[in-house]
Amino acid sequence: DSDPVGFDSLDLNERRGRSTDAELDRRDGTRTSEALTPAAAARDEFQEELVIRPLHSGDIYASFQFRTLWDTDFLQEGQKVSHYRLFPKSLGQVLSKFSVRELHISFTQGFWRTMQWGQPFIPSPPGAELWVWFHDTVSDVDGNWKELTNVLSGIFCASLNFIDLTNTVQPSASFKPLGLGNATDHRFLRYATLPREIVCTENLTPWKKLLPCGSKAGLAVLLKSEKLFHSSFHSQAVHIRPVCQDEQCTSKAWELRQTLNVVFDLYTAGQGKKEWSLFKMFSRTLTEACPLATSSKVYVDITDNPELFELSPATPLLSQAVVLGDRRTYSVYDLSRAETFGQLRSLNLLLRWKGDGEMLRPLLHAERYVAGFGLQTGEIHTVIYNNHPYRAFPVLLMDSVPWYLQLYIHTLTVTSKSRDNKPSYIHYQPAKDRHRPHLLEMLIQLPPHSMTEVTVQFERALLKWTEYTPDPNHGFYVGSSVVSALVPSMVAMNTNFTQDQPLFSSFVPVKEESSYFVRVYTEPLLVNLPTPDFSMPYNVICLTCTVVAVGYGSFYNLLTRTFQVDEPSLPLAKRLANLIRRIRGVPLLT
Amino acid sequence: MGLLSDPNRRKALTGLLTRLNTPICIVCYLAGIVWFMGLAFEPFTLRTYMSENAMGSTMVEERFSSGERALSLAKEFDAHKRKAGGMPVEWLVKAMQSRGLEVFTQSFSRKLPFPDENKERYMVRGTNVYGILRAPRAPRTEALVITAPCSPGNTNNQAVALLLALAQYFRNQIYWAKDIIFLVNEHDLIGTQAWLEGYHHTNITGMEYSPLQGRAGSIQAALSLELSSDVITSLDLVLEGLNGQLPNLDLANLFYAFCQKLGVLCTIQGKLQRNDWDTAEGYTHAAQTMMLMVLKQACGRSWGDHGLFLRYHIEAASVRGINSFRHYKTDATTIGRLLEGMVRKLNNLLERLHQSYFFYLLPSLSRFVSIGYYMPAFGLLAVILLLRALDLWVHLGAPALAAVDGVTEAEQPSSPGVLTVLTPVVISHLTGVALYLLPVHLQEMAVEHFPVSETEAVVLTAIAIYTAGLALPHNTQRALYAVVMVLLSPAFTILYCVFIYQELIEAPVSVSEGWMLFLSVISQGILDHALYGSLVYPLLALFIYPCWLMFWNILFWN
Repeated sequence: DSDPVGFDSLDLNERRGRSTDAELDRRDGTRTSEALTPAAAARDEFQEELVIRPLHSGDIYASFQFRTLWDTDFLQEGQKVSHYRLFPKSLGQVLSKFSVRELHISFTQGFWRTMQWGQPFIPSPPGAELWVWFHDTVSDVDGNWKELTNVLSGIFCASLNFIDLTNTVQPSASFKPLGLGNATDHRFLRYATLPREIVCTENLTPWKKLLPCGSKAGLAVLLKSEKLFHSSFHSQAVHIRPVCQDEQCTSKAWELRQTLNVVFDLYTAGQGKKEWSLFKMFSRTLTEACPLATSSKVYVDITDNPELFELSPATPLLSQAVVLGDRRTYSVYDLSRAETFGQLRSLNLLLRWKGDGEMLRPLLHAERYVAGFGLQTGEIHTVIYNNHPYRAFPVLLMDSVPWYLQLYIHTLTVTSKSRDNKPSYIHYQPAKDRHRPHLLEMLIQLPPHSMTEVTVQFERALLKWTEYTPDPNHGFYVGSSVVSALVPSMVAMNTNFTQDQPLFSSFVPVKEESSYFVRVYTEPLLVNLPTPDFSMPYNVICLTCTVVAVGYGSFYNLLTRTFQVDEPSLPLAKRLANLIRRIRGVPLLT
Repeated sequence: MGLLSDPNRRKALTGLLTRLNTPICIVCYLAGIVWFMGLAFEPFTLRTYMSENAMGSTMVEERFSSGERALSLAKEFDAHKRKAGGMPVEWLVKAMQSRGLEVFTQSFSRKLPFPDENKERYMVRGTNVYGILRAPRAPRTEALVITAPCSPGNTNNQAVALLLALAQYFRNQIYWAKDIIFLVNEHDLIGTQAWLEGYHHTNITGMEYSPLQGRAGSIQAALSLELSSDVITSLDLVLEGLNGQLPNLDLANLFYAFCQKLGVLCTIQGKLQRNDWDTAEGYTHAAQTMMLMVLKQACGRSWGDHGLFLRYHIEAASVRGINSFRHYKTDATTIGRLLEGMVRKLNNLLERLHQSYFFYLLPSLSRFVSIGYYMPAFGLLAVILLLRALDLWVHLGAPALAAVDGVTEAEQPSSPGVLTVLTPVVISHLTGVALYLLPVHLQEMAVEHFPVSETEAVVLTAIAIYTAGLALPHNTQRALYAVVMVLLSPAFTILYCVFIYQELIEAPVSVSEGWMLFLSVISQGILDHALYGSLVYPLLALFIYPCWLMFWNILFWN
């Protein structure tokens, strides 16, 4: 039951990258970088690319990917690696010290608007997300994880040290290794998100330092924080995984993929004019490739060209690829060729909109909200939309909810088209107060063209007074839920797509293009918990102490005491006389 | 408490309390009233101040400048509204979309329990249109709401237009940290109720609505805008919400601060602030303002679209433009700037508004009476009940004490058993339940048999049941007491409140007009309960009226 959908290591970006590279390498005559890299290091590689996708809303999406390959035998036990060429030493040491098999970390500021922007190349939830597969030789995974988060916190200048057991989960099916190896034992997987983490310049600088050229040359010169953070969405990530060096997989290598995705807003930047240029986006133009890079390219998605926008300067290089289930055409600008830069010795791409186009509805998207009011109970609603007109497909929903929302799991309902939808796989791990969060994973079949609603009620816990954050009235965050799915491809859906391909090739859809893997993150939730008035304790303490001391004490006294009139005590002489009388046996005096 | 543990002193104290009971009660009563009325006297009240740091120290510069454009937009909106004969949904959707908002609609329908004759509606169908401005680099967790009702006729066109102009201006700014929802609701409160219930996925009033498609996390604050003329003389702030709930005082402070900054005349309860607190007129003015606030809160209805937000822990206030044809005029640009400033400051909030008071009375916008100041007055009134009860308790206990002395009296006159008390109690409460249930449920039968409309049927049934309750005991011995009791009954209290309210808003009415108002107040109260869950009607019918009826019974006790 560990791998119900078979999601492992499906990465279409990877495939696209390979196919376009193969196609273009034939024309790749001059390679300046080879002269600079020493012969011994020929197997370490660095590639950089930038994909620009104009979005139908008028916004523009720029996605940077930097890929460093490190040719080292990482699986060999006890081998000390001390020689680093292109791969950053800080990360290399972390990998070997903590026996990391795979590491994925992302910092995101903003929420990806699937309905306006389509699917991103590399999805990520708002805030910080970290998931790590450890080698199966590690005995103390939790210890390694704790140390690793603290080290990464230092490397990326982020509050990853707030990751502890209370927000770490071990998903059983949602996160499979993307690289080599077929690890399925989720005891070696750790997953955590920090929805509140804010991403800013101090996270960008250490991220840029990991690049072989830094931000001195190549595409990275565009990464100026004053522009990158003047945007609607910003996400930067580091993915490390083992990959094959060649087709036969005779030797293995570490792959470090640094990605940065940013969406620029038309209204706040464009003053209403639908026109974008590299300079307008980044306030820089490109003048050279990174000398260490074996390939350095800019892709512009021109699938909707020429109806939608015009692109200058034009380029003769085109590349076609199936990305996220859709056939796209890209103009390619190869920065390692001198003619790309033209007379001015600088490349400033210019896109000018000509009309409005209609975007294809994304086949899968999800949203989440808290229903109800008051501070005692509530209900989490997760709504998943399947917009495919006729295909049903399964999705894997993963929810990690902090312990202070006490889920009533018996109220869990899944409904699609107002009918009960029984999940075929449920993995639920209840929370332990102050120790671990709830983890809920479900495999749900989404009927075609439907809306599926997952609801579960919860009760808000009363925290101890030291457990509140310094701003308790802001609320408490619940991380995004993750929807992973193999979505039927648009290419496969479009059986009428015969204009520019031979008939014999289009009758039966190609297997690997028939569906593609997507991960969709919902928005995080902000939940208010019952909060004491922290400015009042002094008054309250004074008042209650006074009431208890004065009121309770004396009332208790009054209620329990029995009153009776005192016998007046006899004078001393009479008492002496009585003593004598008692001895004599005569009645006593009173 | 040493005082009480000594039997002799205890006896002296109880003696004092029983002997001087009536004078003490009168003194307490007078002191309570004087204390309460003294709260309107300026030297006794505190000046308002901004408690929330996030809103206080950072002054923002307002740059909104398209007031003129908003006014031409208002004309366009008016034309489309006339053409559509209601809410121009398509036009609004397009207008919002072209301004770069994510636009959604929600349709709703509600059948009122009986026709509302004030607003002439029975089957209500409508559509809410709302656009969400997504804050850049924010994860959709927090939102602010600006609403403007789309009212029939000529009213509120300017509010909707200003809303759109603000949306356009806000969309081009980068500094938003919270999503901003621009809501245009139809059928005023019913639309707001449908939208809020849809947003929070609850159903507490039996509304039918289509589910919302777009959300923006937890709503932190809301502003409702009502504006019906191109220029205004003053802006009125409305705070009283459903069941007398109030928003955090900081919201009022924020409004006041921006009115001061931009030089806009601002009022509360429609009353300008006066500076002559030391004259009699100045004091009466403040007292009137405060009493109006008390009355409005007591009647439990929502006095603007904002009132329904408070149930969901969303701080909200209505801003109402008033044009009273004086010389002083404020244009739409200034109002836009005022709203811009308020929204920007709310956008700066790090936490929900919680620093300032939630229970307060406002004798003017710059002065407030916190709960700590007005509760002693209430306490003085409440202590009378305690004193009377103590008196009765002592009197009941006295014969028992006498028995201890060994004076074996004849069997005490057997006190009436529990059962005899039970009958009037049950009857009184059943009358209360009847008063609560029957008017609405019996309206059809009443309409069949009597020549009245549904609304009249409900109101008259209520009055009939009410008076039927009085008819239970028959004893004409104590006519004077009976008259006093009737004059103090809940219905008469409502009638007095109607007259006092009209007097306070400086629109006195004649007796017959007052009676008509009284009838409409009853129907509105029942409607408010059915539509929005206002608690005044059940409170009166199920609690206060039966209690009063028991007094009435005791009065005629044989």
